[in-house]
Amino acid sequence: MIMRKFKEFIIEKLIFCCGTAVIFFVALIFLFLLKEGLALFKIISVPSFLLGKNWYPISEPPQLGILPLILGSLYVTFGAAIISIPIGVACAVYIAEVAPKNIKEVLKSGIELLAAIPSVVLGFIGMVTLVPWVKHTFGLPTGLTAVSGSIILAFMAMPTIVSVAEDALYSVPRAYKEGALALGATHWQAVYRVILPAASSGILAAVMLGIGRVIGETMAVMMITGNSAVIPSSILQPVRTLTATIAAEMGEAVVGSEHYFALFAIGIVLFLISFAVNVTADLFLHKKR
Amino acid sequence: MKLNSQRTQNIAFFFLFLATFLVVLPVGLIVLVIIQKGLPAINWQFLTDIPRQGMRAGGIFPAIVGTIYLVAGAIIFALPIGLLAAIYLSEYSKDTLLTRIIKLAIVNLAGVPSVVYGLFGLALFVIFLKFGASILSGSLTLGIMILPIIITTSREALESVPYSFREVSLSLGASKWQTIRHIVLPNAIPGILTGTILGLGRAAGETAPILFTVAAFYLPRLPESIFDQAMALPYHLYVISTQVPNVDEKTRYGTALVLLTLVLVMNLVAIIIRYQFRKKKKW
Repeated sequence: MIMRKFKEFIIEKLIFCCGTAVIFFVALIFLFLLKEGLALFKIISVPSFLLGKNWYPISEPPQLGILPLILGSLYVTFGAAIISIPIGVACAVYIAEVAPKNIKEVLKSGIELLAAIPSVVLGFIGMVTLVPWVKHTFGLPTGLTAVSGSIILAFMAMPTIVSVAEDALYSVPRAYKEGALALGATHWQAVYRVILPAASSGILAAVMLGIGRVIGETMAVMMITGNSAVIPSSILQPVRTLTATIAAEMGEAVVGSEHYFALFAIGIVLFLISFAVNVTADLFLHKKR
Repeated sequence: MKLNSQRTQNIAFFFLFLATFLVVLPVGLIVLVIIQKGLPAINWQFLTDIPRQGMRAGGIFPAIVGTIYLVAGAIIFALPIGLLAAIYLSEYSKDTLLTRIIKLAIVNLAGVPSVVYGLFGLALFVIFLKFGASILSGSLTLGIMILPIIITTSREALESVPYSFREVSLSLGASKWQTIRHIVLPNAIPGILTGTILGLGRAAGETAPILFTVAAFYLPRLPESIFDQAMALPYHLYVISTQVPNVDEKTRYGTALVLLTLVLVMNLVAIIIRYQFRKKKKW
């Protein structure tokens, strides 16, 4: 009996440790990014890192301004947002409100499968189909542009937007809709005037999480945006994002060099962006009605 | 007036349908194109031979094996921790600040960009713990990455077991842990399995976390220990489609097909298990 009590005590402590391990891992990730990245700021200041216009990490002395990379990420993300937000939200409304029950399940599975396609496969498909199309349609010297990246990334943001927004729409109390219908509204009027506003904070969270996924996406973006680290003047030019810079250059960076520190400092920037996006989205999701 | 609003509704619903079509259509198209162009490349030699002539000929066997090792390593690490964490959240935690922070940490862990996982794995496992670029480093990095998936799905499965099951068990004199072990867990197994498979699929498809922690550009032999580097399918697809010139298109599509099949089959299995479980659920 005492033996069993002791065993259970150990097990319960182990369960508690694993429960809190997640906090430990998030902290560990941030600490190790700081450990390797902060050394950069002994060499250059934070403003000249974030706002520097030139990224020439292997010139002598290296120029480590990430403004072109930030703008590259923004261009691609902005384009993906314009495409994915209306389509994603509309799809969520269709699944939550219009689709018959059995079709609904099929659609949800389809969207799960879209989310499951590895980003390197999407990048590959983008390279062989979308990139030549963009080049041909817009008469460009290369199809590896910000807009190609935006289109592919839109499809990576949509599953997130659809599933979170659908949850938000689904959790609107039935009485809201029934009230609107009883007052003589059509189904669409009830959706547009009652259900959508009631679910607005959840939909906003869905949009934020979708955009968060786009900013952090790496492989597809590296394969189809052309990777040129200059300040872009239009979306029809090659760009290089924050994520692609890390993925493309870390293999060559010498451990302990300024270049290496700078790539980790970009990692800190990305971590902080995703942290801010996720915490804000979480606040919206848990907002009390 | 009535006619007008009815027409507005029809137009609106048509556009909603169109949007849904636009989201789902690419899945079908991508799968179709990859099957159509990749299937001719698939034969026994392609699946079981090592890459030859600078990856322009031969097969992708080492990449398949590498991916299996990595995924197995990730799940060995992530499943016990993830399951116990899910048990904590569903059975033990109360509505406290600590619980709130844990949930927020899960959301954040799920949101960390995959390439940042790569940096973290490089700094902690490869350099600080001196595991080097190895299967061990890659598996641990992938394991931490899939923790949120396993925790979230397992927790849902545990919480869907009705409260009355626990009350009956406790009233018969079983302890809390006995109740979890013999009543709650067995009833949650399909859900936990779903989460595990989804985690496996995610780990198999990710490239960025393994870039600097394990992936070998070209290694025409099988890894011998967990401290060896290894090739992996997603990285191999990246390499032959962007880094190596003049690779036969068929080989690229074939590699994409193998990777896509692996990942989509796992996801389909997870969806089917979940569906069957919901249908059979007695409560």
